[in-house]
Amino acid sequence: MSSAVRLFPRKLLVACLGAALVLMTARAAPAQVFDPGTFELSNGLKVVVLPDHRSPVVHHMVWYRVGAADEPAGKSGLAHLLEHMMFKGTKTLAAGEFSKIIARHGGNDNAFTSDNYTAYYQSIAREHLPMVMEMEADRMVNLLFGEEDFRTELSVVREERRARTDTEPSSLLMEQMRKRLWGDYPYANPVIGWEDELVRLTREDALAFYDRFYGPDNAILIVAGDVRTEDVRPLAERTYGQLKSRGFGVRSRDRVPGAALDDTMVLHHWQVRQPSITRILVAPAQSSDPNGHVDALKVFAELLGRGPTSHLYRSLVVDRKIAVSAGAWYSAESLDYGTFGLYAIPAEGVSTETLVKELDAELARLLASGVDADEVARARHRLKAGLVYARDSLSRGAQTMGVALTTGSTVESVESWPARLDAVTVEAVEAAAKALFNPDTRRMVTGILLPGQDAEGEAAQ
Amino acid sequence: MRARMLSVALLVVACVCGALAWFVFRAPQEGPAYARVATVTTPLGLKAYLVSDDTLPVVSMKVLFQAGSIYDPADRRGTANLLSTLFDEGAGDMDALAFQSRLEDLAVSLDFSVNRDNLSVSLRTTTDTLDEAFEMLRLALCEPRLDPDAIERMRAAILASIRLDSGDPSSIATNALFGKVFGTHPYAFDEKGTDESVRSLGRDDLLAFLKARVSRENLAIGVAGDISAGQLAVLLDRTFGPLPETASGPEVPAPQPVFDGSVTRVPFNVPQSTALLMQPGLLRPDPDWHAFYLLNYVMGGGGFNSRLMEEVREKRGLAYSVYSALYPFDKVGVWLVGTATENSGMPRSLLVIKEEWTRMATSGPTARELEDAKTYLTGAWPLSFTSTGSVASMLASMRLLDLPPDYIVKRNDIVSGLTLEDLERVRKRVMDPALLTGVVVGP
Repeated sequence: MSSAVRLFPRKLLVACLGAALVLMTARAAPAQVFDPGTFELSNGLKVVVLPDHRSPVVHHMVWYRVGAADEPAGKSGLAHLLEHMMFKGTKTLAAGEFSKIIARHGGNDNAFTSDNYTAYYQSIAREHLPMVMEMEADRMVNLLFGEEDFRTELSVVREERRARTDTEPSSLLMEQMRKRLWGDYPYANPVIGWEDELVRLTREDALAFYDRFYGPDNAILIVAGDVRTEDVRPLAERTYGQLKSRGFGVRSRDRVPGAALDDTMVLHHWQVRQPSITRILVAPAQSSDPNGHVDALKVFAELLGRGPTSHLYRSLVVDRKIAVSAGAWYSAESLDYGTFGLYAIPAEGVSTETLVKELDAELARLLASGVDADEVARARHRLKAGLVYARDSLSRGAQTMGVALTTGSTVESVESWPARLDAVTVEAVEAAAKALFNPDTRRMVTGILLPGQDAEGEAAQ
Repeated sequence: MRARMLSVALLVVACVCGALAWFVFRAPQEGPAYARVATVTTPLGLKAYLVSDDTLPVVSMKVLFQAGSIYDPADRRGTANLLSTLFDEGAGDMDALAFQSRLEDLAVSLDFSVNRDNLSVSLRTTTDTLDEAFEMLRLALCEPRLDPDAIERMRAAILASIRLDSGDPSSIATNALFGKVFGTHPYAFDEKGTDESVRSLGRDDLLAFLKARVSRENLAIGVAGDISAGQLAVLLDRTFGPLPETASGPEVPAPQPVFDGSVTRVPFNVPQSTALLMQPGLLRPDPDWHAFYLLNYVMGGGGFNSRLMEEVREKRGLAYSVYSALYPFDKVGVWLVGTATENSGMPRSLLVIKEEWTRMATSGPTARELEDAKTYLTGAWPLSFTSTGSVASMLASMRLLDLPPDYIVKRNDIVSGLTLEDLERVRKRVMDPALLTGVVVGP
């Protein structure tokens, strides 16, 4: 997922915390969350269909099992830059034509890149589904672009880096925190790329990366909307089904983040007017969970830090009034390792040192005294409540399935979440939380963002 | 995630392209479910648009009160915004924790937000908790506690958010530009108010604003999902009945914005400059609204199909984001243009934008551009109706603008009927590069 965690007071930003929890979800435990149709083509392309007949439109997505964490050393930013280049033409389509054709048919299209996946999508009237499938299948194997278009797009991506990171102190700090946290593991690199590596990327790098990772057996097709599984199958056979399997192996990264770590990084920056603290920890992933802690950790993150009734908000903001905002998130939909995070914004007159100490003390108390059975029950209920609304969106099921299937998880895992959630006990939550924060094994970085003392920026005011 | 294109987060309201209400009401029975809009009129005289659809056991409602920040007293900027954060911080006999826990128990989501014109309420519930959900909304609106403790907590959060904005280039640009163009008129000020004004707000200010602006007279209601007209009518009267019948307080006059064509530098020592420009636009009820909307699509509202994106980003690589957007406020319409470019390249970006603005103002869209825009805008219309929440939002906007219930069906005919003459008329009326007035936040 994105390396940028933006901090906001809770009222103004509840949404961004939700983003960390990919699976939100249901109350009367529906047997199925999204109830998709699935099949696989003979060339290895996996297909997921999520019917929704309320509006005569479809949401068509192709996800590739490749992201920033798969980049060769020294070439950070390549996966994302390639995503941009995928709009720059094929053997039969000129640069920029892809999006123009989609728009001329009343459709929206876009794409996104993360550590573990790259995805392309179109939302369009259902009668144009065959056309978009043909076009997406075309650029799966026929990408072609010139040097000049590559150089221009590299400038665009550098502007994107400036907008998202270089002018955002919280992003600059998070980038450094992730570098420290992940050590030798590739999540240490930002998806957008390090500036000095980004500028050295070449057209040949992009084409080589494309050749290495793009093809039907490294992709997942997801179609949501006003279609049936039996309609999608012949269309998929006729388009993607014509492409040759490439023989991609299973992704494996033989690197590890490193030994236990407890570091604090401080960034003084002249742009900062509001101090804040953020902490990230290496955590288990849904698809890589040797001790079976993931489901319980999701419940722990929920009770600890999501929303105004959560433990941290109640204790630090409401009762003790030493913070104006506080919370936690857990991102488990990731290969090999997930990330657990905490954040807090100090109240006026409270130093970040004090707040970090109090946050630590609060966590220690909670781990020592154990979580409350009622807290666990309420957190489970809240997580399931969201599931009731899971199908009231054209794209949400497609997004959830895409993330799961590109991070080593499965359709079955998504669909069985309500049942697994029901099985999470108080003891399991405590065991998972204790393991996560175990001082002998945890890998943890705390970032503190403070106003700068350097006069350079202030002088320019 | 790193997306190829940042969506324009600036557009305040759902883009209902307003038409004049010249259609006689008929409840259309053909077409997709979302187009079958019923008008519900309650015994108390409340009016709502409703799309009944029992596909999912879910109901969404959107309510817009004309109670945005422009109605804040001049010495109390931020009143509407602070109030909006307090509705779920305790109501009736429930304090904040009790109220929020109750919402969680019910799995009901209830959100409040404020922009310059409106206070907006979004309610979503499953059908088995319909009565309870509307009761929570009634309590929030009619019996909010406004406990001193909650006021201080929300005030502290808003002050922190104002400090965050004060280090953010695009927030700085927006505030500087609106201040420059609108002077001391309420549209000049950010919804949140200033550090000083937010500190000055008291409980009495909140109560006075609530009483004056949150009434049965100035609200627009849209509902979608598994609910019948009869059920809804009862719930609406029960929920909004206790509110004052009419709104009061001073009228906000139409602003007299000043577009002097200058571009002011706002010193901020960042590696990338942010530019924001503005020229006059149109009000939503304007007969030329749809032509204007299409003109903006071709100019800079259509992502990769707009001229600004083509010239600034695709051809020259000067920016990641470049766009134009319509802001049809209640009392004034404005047209914004924005981009961000590495400092040394910003003069070039501004030059290209100015040239493109002039080219469009002089000769308008081509016949091909008009046709492409029409096929996009009509084809993409159903994409606005893919959840009960998005349908409810559209219906509330239609109520606010007094558009007829069959607007969803008729809107594409209006867009399809636009001609080059319509586009010529509107660009001559509205578009003027000499009026592009702006700010550049950068060193």
